[in-house]
Amino acid sequence: MDFLTRPWPWYVAGPLIGLAVPLVYLYAGRKWGISSTFRDVCAATFPGDIEYFRYSWRNLGAWRLTMALGLIIGGFIAAATGPDEVAISAATRADLTALGLTDFSGVVPSEIFSWSALTTLPGLVLIVGGGFLVGFGTRYANGCTSGHAISGLSALRVTSLVAVIGFFVGGLLSTHVLLPLILGGGS
Amino acid sequence: MNSETMATRPERLWPYLLLGVVLGIVFTRAEVVSWFRIQEMFRFQAFHMYGIIGSAVAVGALGVQLLKRLEARSLTNRPMEIPADSFRAPGWQYWLGGTVFGLGWGLLGACPGPIYVLFGNGVTVMVVAFLSALVGVWTYGAVRHRLPHT
Repeated sequence: MDFLTRPWPWYVAGPLIGLAVPLVYLYAGRKWGISSTFRDVCAATFPGDIEYFRYSWRNLGAWRLTMALGLIIGGFIAAATGPDEVAISAATRADLTALGLTDFSGVVPSEIFSWSALTTLPGLVLIVGGGFLVGFGTRYANGCTSGHAISGLSALRVTSLVAVIGFFVGGLLSTHVLLPLILGGGS
Repeated sequence: MNSETMATRPERLWPYLLLGVVLGIVFTRAEVVSWFRIQEMFRFQAFHMYGIIGSAVAVGALGVQLLKRLEARSLTNRPMEIPADSFRAPGWQYWLGGTVFGLGWGLLGACPGPIYVLFGNGVTVMVVAFLSALVGVWTYGAVRHRLPHT
């Protein structure tokens, strides 16, 4: 089936993702977001003496932790039934080739996002450094792409608009300033 | 509907599992989880990601406005947590936190949802990104009283 294997166009995927917001409200009145699960896991495993992690993560987090489990399962199902290769634009491919990437066969570049790449400087900085900043930033801003860009903008929140502007300021800096330094210097 | 005194009904978890599975499939099939696609977005070289975020917000906003207009109750009778309209000036936490998140998004090429989905896709090294994100969240929790928020 062609539909299952080809990348879904934006006008199919976007509305399906956006529907999550009213559906979750309609079911239980909850504000849809994913990154709070990181806080839940901290609260569940290593709260320490930190007030920020002293809350009833079971009551507040069960729904989103269950959704996160579903995301893993959905990712597994989708990957088992489709191709890996991502049809990015020729311009992006050229830019990334200029940065030294050669393998475009996977969903992510295997030269950076693999266990063997973890021991290289670019792999370590992108995976460990990127992960840390995503975690720190999402809680500092009190939301991520789902909570601010989708849920927050859907509710027409000014604070979410500012957070999304921040997402793009940071992302542009990483893409155009940090990435050339990291990939150029380490590989 | 006269339902002011209706008790809350139990909230089941399976709808959330189902929602997660559907979103995991959509995120993968639309390639939202791909580091390559995020690079394409931050280089303004394709409309794909902008179309996805834009149409998601449009559908989400339409749904939220509809729920507000109809003063809809949730199916489990839990209170609606739709944030009230406010014109408060956004504080530092949104500017700074947003930018820190963006720096990470640009490097890792995955926001929290896709971290989970990529693990399901078989990119198992994302466990390391996940653990690192937890350390980031924990660090924020530890130092948050010293950071500007408002």
